[in-house]
Amino acid sequence: MGNIDSCCPLPLHRIVDEYFAESRNKLLELAAFFDRLDRACDAADPDGEFRVVALKRAARVLLEPGPQRVKRMALMLSDPTEEPRGYLDRKAAWGAYSGNGEGV
Amino acid sequence: MDYIEPHAHMISRTMDDYQQMALTGCVALSEPAFWAGWDRQSADSFEDYFRQLTEFEPTRAAQFGIQHYTWLCLNPKEGENRDMARQVLARIPKFLERPNVLGIGEIGLNRNTLREMETLRDHIALAIEHRSMILIHTPHLEDKYKGTKLIIRTLQSFQNLDPKRVMIDHAEEHTIEMIRDNGFRCGLTLYPNTKVSLARAADIIEMHSAEGIYVNSACDWGFSVPVAIPQFIMEMRRRKHSEATIRKVVYENPIAFFSQVPNFNLARASESVPRNLKELVYVD
Ligand SMILES: [Zn+2]
Repeated sequence: MGNIDSCCPLPLHRIVDEYFAESRNKLLELAAFFDRLDRACDAADPDGEFRVVALKRAARVLLEPGPQRVKRMALMLSDPTEEPRGYLDRKAAWGAYSGNGEGV
Repeated sequence: MDYIEPHAHMISRTMDDYQQMALTGCVALSEPAFWAGWDRQSADSFEDYFRQLTEFEPTRAAQFGIQHYTWLCLNPKEGENRDMARQVLARIPKFLERPNVLGIGEIGLNRNTLREMETLRDHIALAIEHRSMILIHTPHLEDKYKGTKLIIRTLQSFQNLDPKRVMIDHAEEHTIEMIRDNGFRCGLTLYPNTKVSLARAADIIEMHSAEGIYVNSACDWGFSVPVAIPQFIMEMRRRKHSEATIRKVVYENPIAFFSQVPNFNLARASESVPRNLKELVYVD
């Protein structure tokens, strides 16, 4: 494991000064995304979409204690299986694990 | 600050991009063979592509005083086509001796399929046969973690493969440890929207040190930023990192990795390459 205790050269108040506004905006963007899903013209249930469910589950990590929240979230959004896919289902990844290492 | 762009698909970019890179301090770049955004129809198309990477593109770069190096392969997005892979692999060796070739890449996996694995193995065998270095593309998003594991396992199944001669690219927070713990070199790709950002790349370097890591834009025909490295330099300065640390990541580490190939020679300048496109091709 790498040295996860290595610090950012900035003191806390400077990190907040530098990154608060953009982080605040990213959080509001995420809220807007969830609101947009609720306003979908077909009124479909957002929780019927595996990517949305995965994102909501990963979002809980935000409020957990550190370290390595990004790593934990990325792993939650990853295919946890070990064996190669037997066939090519599509060229591009989905962004979240569909629950089937053999593809959707 | 001078920098080296270790991963850029310049055939997709304009002269304006070369100019911006030169103006922001880019002195050399390396261009891995990549997917065209659609599947090629014949091995002849790849041969033309390899000529573009070894003849035309170095000339274009030289106009801006940028050294152009390259890596050859059939990329993972087309790796599923085993027949095409065999035909393309047979045509690679004659290009390997060309003066700007660094090795085989970017090979790896896309959706982690069995056929992609076979094509990856064939490329690694070719690299070992020709004592070439390797540049690895790791898959994206949910496929990255599993794909990086499969790639490392596959690389390690070859005896006599020196991990210091293999760069595993597009690393993220959840894959960097397995890459470095197994002795491989590690690339972080800076994306404008959907993957590792400038800030996260700086975070990763703070948490894992700058040893054996380089950053790149992987700019191509998609949303990407050819001057992502100078933007990264600004991000590191914003955090008060030393110029020495920044220089290590954007200049010294790529030089240390590339210098394992005799073809890489930063001192050579671009004199061996015609600076005028018209010496090589007809341009209106
Ligand atoms: Zn690439």
